[in-house]
Amino acid sequence: MKLVTAVIKPHKWEDVREALETFGVNGMTVSEVSGYGRQKGHTEVYRGAEYDIALVPKIRIEVVVDDADADDVVGIVVKAAQTGRIGDGKVWVSPVDTVVRVRTGEVDGAAL
Amino acid sequence: MTALAAAPTVLAAGAGAGLDPGLDPGDTAWLLAATALVLLMAPGLALFYGGMVRSKSVLNMMMMTFGALAVITVVWVLVGYSLAFGDDLGAGLLGDPRQYAGLGQLMSAASNGSAHVPLILFAAFQGLFCVITGALVSGAIADRARFGAWLVFVALWTVVVYAPVAHWVFDVGRAGRAGHAGGWLVNRLGLVDFAGGTAVEICSGASGLALAMVLGHRIGFGKDPMRPHNLTLVMLGAGLLWFGWFGFNAGSALGADQAAAVVFTTTLVAGAAGSLGWLALERYRDGHATSLGAASGLVAGLVAITPSCGSLSPLGAIVMGGAAGAVCAWAVGLKYRFGYDDSLDVVGVHLVGGVVGTVGIGLLATAAAPTGVDGLLYGGGVAQLGRQLTGGGVVLVYALVVSGVLGLVVDRVLGFRIDEEHEVTGIDLVVHAETAYDLHATAGARTAGHGILGAITQPAAQPSSPRREGEPRP
Repeated sequence: MKLVTAVIKPHKWEDVREALETFGVNGMTVSEVSGYGRQKGHTEVYRGAEYDIALVPKIRIEVVVDDADADDVVGIVVKAAQTGRIGDGKVWVSPVDTVVRVRTGEVDGAAL
Repeated sequence: MTALAAAPTVLAAGAGAGLDPGLDPGDTAWLLAATALVLLMAPGLALFYGGMVRSKSVLNMMMMTFGALAVITVVWVLVGYSLAFGDDLGAGLLGDPRQYAGLGQLMSAASNGSAHVPLILFAAFQGLFCVITGALVSGAIADRARFGAWLVFVALWTVVVYAPVAHWVFDVGRAGRAGHAGGWLVNRLGLVDFAGGTAVEICSGASGLALAMVLGHRIGFGKDPMRPHNLTLVMLGAGLLWFGWFGFNAGSALGADQAAAVVFTTTLVAGAAGSLGWLALERYRDGHATSLGAASGLVAGLVAITPSCGSLSPLGAIVMGGAAGAVCAWAVGLKYRFGYDDSLDVVGVHLVGGVVGTVGIGLLATAAAPTGVDGLLYGGGVAQLGRQLTGGGVVLVYALVVSGVLGLVVDRVLGFRIDEEHEVTGIDLVVHAETAYDLHATAGARTAGHGILGAITQPAAQPSSPRREGEPRP
């Protein structure tokens, strides 16, 4: 199993969710996060005083999927979240040893 | 403070209703309304200032305004009004503190001399001028002043700073009353200050500068971001201030008459022009016309028109307001250059705006306006300009020095500044045991005593947002 983690622009969240549901992903964990990439943040001006705002709001999506689906899920997220402009985000894949469904005690594939 | 001609029929109606025959019901009704409008400026200022501080300080910021409202009102009744408007003790420097102490003497007093309004209502109206002036000062020391020390300071400041200056500027004297020569700036020097460019704006700005220097800058000033936490509060507060300012300025006519109508109009015009002036400068300088700039420019225009509202034509008010907006937008940057941390720009907006308005009378005043004075550009020569410069300078120096000494005394005796650790934690929580916002579900659940169950039954935040392009980069 793989954990697919995606950090995307907030306004692309609905597109990504719809694409993943259409693919058949049953559940995911979503959080509002902030961070920055190579281009850093942005500048705001208050009464002439400029503030460099380093952290930009983002959405982080975490999905655990079967090994065979991982590449497809990554592709779906990238396609749905892409605007072509800076700050579109990142997607990465990590190995997962075990998954347990709390309610039933099912493990791994049955628990997804 | 213009004389009023009351119509005999109105007086007769007033007498029939049980009013003092010296009173004008129309004038009295307007001053009652105007006084309530000035009171509205206090919560307006609390919102204006509260929105500009960080979220951990908003309640303390608002409490400094509300605390000033409470303390100054009481001190004003006890001795403040008498010091400002009691019979002159000599040389126009101070009123007799015993004459109206407690205001009980005004319970059945007749009209305010030339103005046909109850003297006790005039006392309440003027008391709220002191309230708003004192509350303005607090913007210079946001985030770092001990609340108790602030209350003590503002009580003493009412007595030693505001009341004497109000006597100099606002006590026009009363015809036919021996010993009531009034204040020296208005009666001897010939300063024109219709509603308080010196006593309110320059006085609050200079006092704020003094306190900012006494307390020192906030931790992280110039390094950490200290951006406003809620600009919608700022906009709402600025709107309420503008509304209240009509009572402040037009109420100062002390009558429902032509002078009040002219002043009302110049106040309207200058606020609008001030907003445009600030926006134009920052659009040119920074590339953006901001909401904080619109609200700040509005206030800057109103500050400048406060002394000059009775001296200008509506076109003059456009020039005055626009100039104040642009000059104040430039002046708020001075604190970074000189290193004093005037947190919310009391100096940049009120001191500088007050100077623009006070001195500008010497240039832009027209004798066609209620105060009947011509400025330099209207053929009045340089004499009035000199009076305005002198009056403004005297109030600036007095308020700066006396407020500074008073601040040092309070700091030495009580300690004016909160602990460094508390300042970083947030003054709301430490000083008031409250926080303005419950932004995290878990925090609310913990304090409510419901444990983690309380947290997980909170509705989850939906991270969805409208699917729109063109969001800020990246």
